[in-house]
Amino acid sequence: MSERISVAKTYKLYIGGAFPRSESGRSYPVTDTKGAFLANAAQGSRKDARDAVAAARKAFPGWSGATAYNRGQVLYRVAEVLEGRREQFVAEVGAAEGVAVKKAQALVDAAIDRWVWYAGWTDKIATVLGASNPVAGPYFSFSVPEPTGVVAVLAPQQSSLLGLISVVAPVVAAGNTAVVVASQDRPLPAVTLSEVLATSDLPGGVVNVLTGRTAEIAPWLASHADVNALDLTGAPEALRADLEQSAAGTVKRVLRTRPSEDFTREPDLSRIRAFVESKTVWHPIGV
Amino acid sequence: MWEYAPAPESRDIANLKPNYRMFVDGQFVEGGGEPLKTVNPGTEEVLAEVSTASTADVDKAVKAARRAYDRVWGRMPGAERAKYIFRIARLIQERARELAVLESLDNGKPIKESRDVDVPTAAAHFFYHAGWADKLAYAGLGPDPRPLGVAGQVIPWNFPLLMAAWKIAPALACGNTVVLKPAETTPLTALVLAEIIQQADLPPGVVNILPGAGDVGAAVVNHPDVNKVAFTGSTEVGKIIQRQLAGANKKITLELGGKAANIVFDDAPLDQAVEGIVNGIFFNQGHVCCAGSRLLVQESVADELLEKLRVRVSTLRVGDPLDKNTDIGAINSREQLAKIHELTASGEAEGAERWTSACPLPDKGFYFAPTVFSNVSQAMRIAREEIFGPVLSVLTFRTPDEAVAKANNTPYGLSAGIWTEKGSRILWAAQKMRAGVVWANTFNRFDPTAPFGGYQESGFGREGGRTGLEAYLDV
Repeated sequence: MSERISVAKTYKLYIGGAFPRSESGRSYPVTDTKGAFLANAAQGSRKDARDAVAAARKAFPGWSGATAYNRGQVLYRVAEVLEGRREQFVAEVGAAEGVAVKKAQALVDAAIDRWVWYAGWTDKIATVLGASNPVAGPYFSFSVPEPTGVVAVLAPQQSSLLGLISVVAPVVAAGNTAVVVASQDRPLPAVTLSEVLATSDLPGGVVNVLTGRTAEIAPWLASHADVNALDLTGAPEALRADLEQSAAGTVKRVLRTRPSEDFTREPDLSRIRAFVESKTVWHPIGV
Repeated sequence: MWEYAPAPESRDIANLKPNYRMFVDGQFVEGGGEPLKTVNPGTEEVLAEVSTASTADVDKAVKAARRAYDRVWGRMPGAERAKYIFRIARLIQERARELAVLESLDNGKPIKESRDVDVPTAAAHFFYHAGWADKLAYAGLGPDPRPLGVAGQVIPWNFPLLMAAWKIAPALACGNTVVLKPAETTPLTALVLAEIIQQADLPPGVVNILPGAGDVGAAVVNHPDVNKVAFTGSTEVGKIIQRQLAGANKKITLELGGKAANIVFDDAPLDQAVEGIVNGIFFNQGHVCCAGSRLLVQESVADELLEKLRVRVSTLRVGDPLDKNTDIGAINSREQLAKIHELTASGEAEGAERWTSACPLPDKGFYFAPTVFSNVSQAMRIAREEIFGPVLSVLTFRTPDEAVAKANNTPYGLSAGIWTEKGSRILWAAQKMRAGVVWANTFNRFDPTAPFGGYQESGFGREGGRTGLEAYLDV
């Protein structure tokens, strides 16, 4: 008996809950850190980016309007499905990042735990970042954090899963919808993550994942009028200032975190604060 | 209507001086820029000559602010900083009448507003933030919030002293030092605030105030040794600043324009709503970024409301800003008046129905009679562009969902108003508004404890409250 031939997976984009190939018909080879071929990934285009923004915008009212408890449950469900795919992620992260099994296991475990951490934040953000304002007059005034809207996320180039989850989870935990550009050279764990998202209870369009050339896709997202915020974490150094300039065209919020961020460190609330707006409501008090 | 005898506040109280100088490193000094003449918009007379900063002066001021930050202010215990800021609050209260009259002279706003809103709220901002200076670790922004360094701040002409307070108070409380540029047409109260800062004995360089035009503002925000940029003004200039600072790694907060919807549902208490609508658009001549400039009325009550509104607006007294009976003062500048004329002409040309109060206007000075446009459609310029004047655009809606859709149909997102007696509808509509401040059954309320700022192209960052501290901290 000869050995069984394995079934190779086609790695595609994730837009609006579906898995299309790039409309451009392009793909690019992905290798491990030693140069061995792993797979062809879809090479997303401007049109794919715009489709992803449209999907994210369409999903925004439902996701931002869901109860925080519901969002928390949905995100926790994602962690459950992540855990079930643990071995697959260990293999993919190991191949993508060129790390030994033990190290890859630690990274995947940390990534799942990170997702759980953010899932638990959904119904605490308003308590911690909101306020009752003791104004000097007969008014009841309170402030609540609300999601900023559609966030374009340039995922870290090095940390293919832990880094990815560290930037995507806070965006959606806060009630935003996301268009994520995966690590250019290490995109496979991101595609597998999108399969996890598709089989959890996350509504289609809440997270959209594009693979391809970051420098090609990012400018379209930075200048897109229907994108409200931009996370530059995985932006190529040479492109950061240009992207910020484009973002100014519609006064986008820009998170300028450097790619050197150490994702194994315990996170704080800064990534949630970066993508929420504060809304202050006033009403008179009287009989 | 009623006859009023003139009740003018004495302009002597303003202690107006023929010349004002910029404030750098604790001293009032002559600036290297071309001096400007600031005009009383109520009479068109020149009030004073004010020296302006050159690029070299900006550099000097930033260096002074850096020195003060490194040697004194940045390392001073919060409890000590607090006492300086409390002093400023008290000195503003003590000189309140002088500041109010000076503000009305320089800006054109009615004395009752500068006296009852601008100056007391400015003092309140210093008082509130003084208390934060030694409590920053409790602000929920992490255990060790640190100052950013030198803050470059540029403020508009609509609330000259109050905007200076909104900028300087949190900056100082968080341990930063300041280089502030007041607006070209309204530099005077900021320079009296500089006197107060001198009287409060703040260390030299902690606050520097540089009058001048947009080029001085550009030099301040683009100075390489400025760590934090705070700007309040138009969306157009805000975008330019954000673009210029791309890649500069300065923390930015922008408080920009707005085109707020004021929504009146059919069950609203109409008389109360009329008062709120009037306050929303005619407060401060409509020179308010969060003005309720788009009135959205439910169709079934539109005619009744418009009738009541016109009657009420007819009673508004336009004229001498120093008269205590004046409701609407002078438009701040000839340029702004021209802009209002241009936009109202576009409203007529595009087919909206114009109604303007028949109130008498003074012969001299920049004045514009309160104006209400009805039959306005969403595509018209007067429904989309910020007029920044006493001009209201009225649109109608049939269903609550339509009201929400129309209210949010703007790239801005600063404020919104809701008028209804139904509590659940208030909370529903407040939740649906994509705007940073929502006033329900009231309008134009401000308080240092309540965060203020916009969604979308109305800017980012907040001023006031615990949330506002983040703008001035490294967290």
